[in-house]
Amino acid sequence: MNRADVIATDSAPRPAWQMYRAMVGVGVVCALLIVAVYLATLDVIARNQVEALERAVLEVVPGAVRFAQRDDLGQPVYAAFDAAGALAGIALEAQGMGYQDTVRILYGYDPAREQVVGLRVLQSRETPGLGDRVETDAAFRANFAALDVRLAPDGAGLLHPVQLVKPGEKTQAWQIDAISGATITSSAVARMLAASAAQWVPILHARRAEFVAPKEATDGD
Amino acid sequence: MAIEQRDAPAADDLLKGLWRENPVFVQLLGMCPVLAVTNSAINGLSMGIATLFVLVLSNTLVSLLRRAIPREVRIATFILIIASFVTVVDYLIQAVSLELHKSLGAFISLIVVNCLILGRAEAFASRHGVSRAVLDGLGMGLGFTFALLCMGAVRELLGSGTLFGVAVLPDAFQPWVVMVLPGGGFFTLGALLLLINHMQARRAASAIPVEQA
Repeated sequence: MNRADVIATDSAPRPAWQMYRAMVGVGVVCALLIVAVYLATLDVIARNQVEALERAVLEVVPGAVRFAQRDDLGQPVYAAFDAAGALAGIALEAQGMGYQDTVRILYGYDPAREQVVGLRVLQSRETPGLGDRVETDAAFRANFAALDVRLAPDGAGLLHPVQLVKPGEKTQAWQIDAISGATITSSAVARMLAASAAQWVPILHARRAEFVAPKEATDGD
Repeated sequence: MAIEQRDAPAADDLLKGLWRENPVFVQLLGMCPVLAVTNSAINGLSMGIATLFVLVLSNTLVSLLRRAIPREVRIATFILIIASFVTVVDYLIQAVSLELHKSLGAFISLIVVNCLILGRAEAFASRHGVSRAVLDGLGMGLGFTFALLCMGAVRELLGSGTLFGVAVLPDAFQPWVVMVLPGGGFFTLGALLLLINHMQARRAASAIPVEQA
């Protein structure tokens, strides 16, 4: 490492403008490079994001083949339709604090069956091997295949709030079995789903007739 | 270490990084990604390739500009160059796969502070011509990728029973979850270093009569 010091000190001090010239020059070249790559990849990245959203929506609403986004309800909701154009379910996002950081999920709600029919983790930084089992554990994911979110008779809230129980103690269709070893993350997922369902299921159920398949999409996109 | 400037053949610029001066197993540089993102083989491989890409490009540019950069501001300039290529890699990974970008997370940006890259820019690229600098970056990058892939494969195999996401161990195998947790990174690195030092010690012992040190 002495060599660097030797080189640094054996030349006479340089005028400052040479240093400015070098740094500004390199800065300009680097800036141009970044802008060029940004512009070149912009379209591909935007397309990837749309595709990722599409995959997620179609995954949480089984049987859906296409979806339409609706933005006028306060948060984006994605109405998903089956091949015949009938409403297969509505997907929406929820988020909450996990063990490490905010966890974002997307879940599908089927107004006809009054059930949550699928759930997918969009973003999480949970501990690999423990908390991230909410994404991979088949038994935990099975909780969301047909989770009961029936409305109370007055239509203002859920008949049974979504509830987290200890692993293996699920006896009712509105309960979620936690994962042992991932208690905090599985309870976080259950909590954000419970809060989101309590707020949105009454709204979406009351307005379910408004979600119709867009005409232009029927000729296949 | 490893900064002596004898006149080595060009092939040696490439090959030294793969094994004899492997950045991870011998120089122990860039430990942050080595320990943090190697919880699966695919993560290790992608991180290695991203680092390789940044290393080759930054070595190239540093070598091209080595006479134009005053010594006083060289480190700042190198960091600027490295950071730009890291940003480029970040966009490229997003374009290739958002899933991959998600699983590598913050560690892509942290390639900027990987001391391996600044180390090669300062110790090699700023003192040699472009072709040797490219070979050096390629060799060091491949050595780094190889090391991350080894770490990732071992940890994924023991920690999840899979390799590149494909189940290879029988269901009866109970995965050692600790191997995909941060602690598993230290265990794996320690075990691999033990193995490699042992092999090198044996080779050195058998080579002494022929080679004059």
